[in-house]
Amino acid sequence: MGPLIPQEIIAEGWNFLIAFGVGIGFGFILEQAGFSSSRKLAGVFYGYDAVVLKVFFTGAITGMIGLLYLSLFDWIDLNLIWVNPTYLWSAIIGGIIMGAGFIVGGFCPGTSVCAAAIGKIDAMVFFGGIFIGILLFGETFEWIKPLYMAEYWGQIKLSELIGISQGLLTFFIIIAALLMFWVAEMAEKKFPQKEY
Amino acid sequence: MSSTKYMNPYLAGILLGLVLVAAFYFTGRGLGASGAVKSVVVSVVDVVAPDHANNSGFYSKYIGDGKNPLKTWLVFEVLGVLVGGFLSGAFAGRLKLKVEHHPNITSKKRLILAGIGGVLFGYGSQLGRGCTSGSALTGMAVLSVAGFVSMMAIFGTAFAFAYFFRRNWI
Repeated sequence: MGPLIPQEIIAEGWNFLIAFGVGIGFGFILEQAGFSSSRKLAGVFYGYDAVVLKVFFTGAITGMIGLLYLSLFDWIDLNLIWVNPTYLWSAIIGGIIMGAGFIVGGFCPGTSVCAAAIGKIDAMVFFGGIFIGILLFGETFEWIKPLYMAEYWGQIKLSELIGISQGLLTFFIIIAALLMFWVAEMAEKKFPQKEY
Repeated sequence: MSSTKYMNPYLAGILLGLVLVAAFYFTGRGLGASGAVKSVVVSVVDVVAPDHANNSGFYSKYIGDGKNPLKTWLVFEVLGVLVGGFLSGAFAGRLKLKVEHHPNITSKKRLILAGIGGVLFGYGSQLGRGCTSGSALTGMAVLSVAGFVSMMAIFGTAFAFAYFFRRNWI
């Protein structure tokens, strides 16, 4: 029963080889979807190309359903799956800074690696910028620490927060995503991409 | 060489979700990207200024006790992303050294904006404990509140600011 490595079902030595293999799959799919182009990525914010929304939400939903089914069949122990902790304010402010970086730079970290791999120089510069940004965070850590640690809610799931089952929450998210996909398809028709 | 079309986005999303589930099945954790850059930054600071690194509340978390921040899962995963992206680009005929930008702006301006965007994303990813892959996508898949908050903050802000940067994109 998974997850395999935390339970020492397979040796930790396999860890890095699996990481490399998972990364290859991740990078290959991102590039295939068109995430190696900042113009395609930014398209979602202007309606001309909603590939980000479609791939991101289909991926998240597939992940949710996959985990629930694997747990249903006892193939994975959900208690051993890492739930990233919620520190409300740092998640919001960090997200706002990242969102600004997204619309200014046209990439996020993962997609910049993927775009740099096929020769996009703008992606290589973006990737270089991430190093500087993280160094800046390291150097300002003591100053920002009160915000970084504020409003800690624990490793909480949204289903626990609103008091419904994980399956029911996932069902509602699927409905919401389908509505978003419908809006996205309409937007792409309404705002055709100008060729240049 | 003519380039082939991109994959259907819904199919790509399902495959992305399956890779995510595979990562959970093996390691109990999902995907990530910015964490690998953090490992490199911590290693460099540790080499250049070891005392500074040991005294910092941030860097010191990842070094000491013989820990090597470069021998972590995410570093190898991101090396894989580089190889996977290259392979896909090679198969599709999209390997080309270029600066992609809208005709409204020059290559130079695009590169400056890309650099600024990277700095912002780097800072925000550390404050927000993960980027689009590690916090938003992976977090949402495990239904964590942090994942949903990150997703809404990232996409909501980019949407809100889109108007002011429209000349760069449309």
